[in-house]
Amino acid sequence: MNAMPSPPAPLPPGEGSESLIQLRAVTKTYGQGPAEFQALRGVDLRIEPGEFVAVMGPSGSGKSTAMNILGCLDNPTSGAYVFRGLHVEQLSRNQRALLRRYYLGFVFQGFNLLARTTALENVELPLLYRGEPRAARHARAREALDAVGLRQWEKHTPAELSGGQQQRVAIARAIVTHPTILLADEPTGNLDTQRSHEIMDLLVALNRDRGITVLMVTHEPDMARYAKRIIHFLDGRVDADHRNGEKH
Amino acid sequence: MFLSSLLLALRAIRRNLMRSFLTILGIVIGVSAVITMVTLGNGATRVVSDQIASLGSNLVMVRPGQRLGPGRDSAGAPRFKVSDAEAIQTQIGGLNAVAPSTNRSLTVVYGANNWSTAVTGSTDAYFTVGNWRLAGGRVFTETEQRAGKAVCVIGETVRKELFGQQPAVGGVLRISNFSCEVIGVLASKGQSAMGMDQDDTIVMPLRTLQRRLTGNQDVSSLLVSVGDSANTDRVMADLRLLLRERRKIATNEDDNFSILDTRQIAETLTGTTKVMTMLLGAVAAVSLLVGGIGIMNIMLVSVTERTREIGIRLAIGALEREVLLQFLVEAVALSALGGIIGIVLAALASVGLAKVMQVPFLFDPGINLLAFLFSAAIGVIFGYFPARRAARLDPIEALRHE
Repeated sequence: MNAMPSPPAPLPPGEGSESLIQLRAVTKTYGQGPAEFQALRGVDLRIEPGEFVAVMGPSGSGKSTAMNILGCLDNPTSGAYVFRGLHVEQLSRNQRALLRRYYLGFVFQGFNLLARTTALENVELPLLYRGEPRAARHARAREALDAVGLRQWEKHTPAELSGGQQQRVAIARAIVTHPTILLADEPTGNLDTQRSHEIMDLLVALNRDRGITVLMVTHEPDMARYAKRIIHFLDGRVDADHRNGEKH
Repeated sequence: MFLSSLLLALRAIRRNLMRSFLTILGIVIGVSAVITMVTLGNGATRVVSDQIASLGSNLVMVRPGQRLGPGRDSAGAPRFKVSDAEAIQTQIGGLNAVAPSTNRSLTVVYGANNWSTAVTGSTDAYFTVGNWRLAGGRVFTETEQRAGKAVCVIGETVRKELFGQQPAVGGVLRISNFSCEVIGVLASKGQSAMGMDQDDTIVMPLRTLQRRLTGNQDVSSLLVSVGDSANTDRVMADLRLLLRERRKIATNEDDNFSILDTRQIAETLTGTTKVMTMLLGAVAAVSLLVGGIGIMNIMLVSVTERTREIGIRLAIGALEREVLLQFLVEAVALSALGGIIGIVLAALASVGLAKVMQVPFLFDPGINLLAFLFSAAIGVIFGYFPARRAARLDPIEALRHE
């Protein structure tokens, strides 16, 4: 049950096996016939380990669809998604779930904590699915809460926490498994400016100190500025992709 | 995996205490109804079988004439004699006692009191056969029987009606045209299974009754007590052959007597109460089924309500079967919890109602176990559909759900 997905098959040289993530000519089509909608029209993308990437773009540009595919929540209609040399588009629903369990962490705009459940229980939830024993679960959950500065709030339920605190609990839940990638979908969308900056500082610290690759969708240029690399989506394609501070 | 599912399920139940309680209410009522019905039914069956046992264990009654069948009349059939009883006693093995008996309904008088009762003439074997005990005094002796002395043993009801607070033993009753000394009082047996007062009786030696009241040598019935080790069917067959021979019945003729086994009566009567118990239990089981549908409803609502939660679980890497198992375990845990509460309530209700209904409280582990397992099974059956629905949710859709 808790077996890791089969180890990534080595890629042929020259394909860039050093990349953490590769999207190759990825398309995504929703609906059929006249209702057909092309959310992604051929996306090529490489993300290297340790990057901090902000994904921007207007509504309907395909950035959410791309994030869902990158988060192994959805499969592309065509094209290839190679994660650590593994062809995700060929995996079953359960195999993708195991990929998420062992390599990915999610932070959402709406926090998405379990209601009436303490911060500690929320944070240890991913470890429950990994079958960790109780003592290890608690120790690691406390450590993660420590990392987001909420150790003393572990007995509180989401209703007793502020929005910023809730999002920090959500981040603790995402990093408690030591994921390779942290996917954050507008993590500051529901927060005021000051809390937003605190959350961004936290993400930057996690990226810098723990080497976690961060992929973040955001509307706000202020928040995107924290990233090392910014990718702009438009009409289902990558419109611009540049290092932070560079002009395109 | 199972343990973590159980943990998740218990946490979910604890988080929604009120809803969990309402969910299991149907199961609680169903389980407690089934168990209470069956427990009380068992108590009632016990009452009936106890009453029958008080008639005398393994009692076989022989009467002249065929009681059943059209065109037959017991009046035409020849009576038994005391010699028939003696023949049975000596020729058939495995018997405890044989009591020839004859009844008369008479009014007896003591002082200013009079009371209408059944007077039975028999031998001292009558007390063995009928499982009678003495509350005081003695039964008649061999000599008194042979001499046909005017002595009698009275039942508790007769004693109460005629003597009240006065001592009965030694008192002299006026029965019809003769005086009769009370030498013993029988211990109370209460009502018979047919609702008759068994204590409303007077027993005297058979010869006394024959001489003073009936004026003939006839015996109206033979009461035979079969030993515990003997085969009642075998004894009844032997009895039938012996009596056919003694009454000179040709092979092509029907019996002009009938043999009745109290065990048969007992089986018929307890069978009736058992059927009633099963019927009541079945009606109660329907409410258990309705309780199961209630669980399914609430679980479906719960799945819809918790769509986001399911989305979170799927996003952080829960497998389909883990979500399925979580909701299934939740449903089973809920219904099993309902089963346990139901069992406790049933025990309380049964003890209380048994007291009110004056039946004994008989704890039946079988029905308790059955009701518990049934409630757990209902959790599996009615929990599966909502659980599958939860497991098959698309995580993206589920996370977007408001």
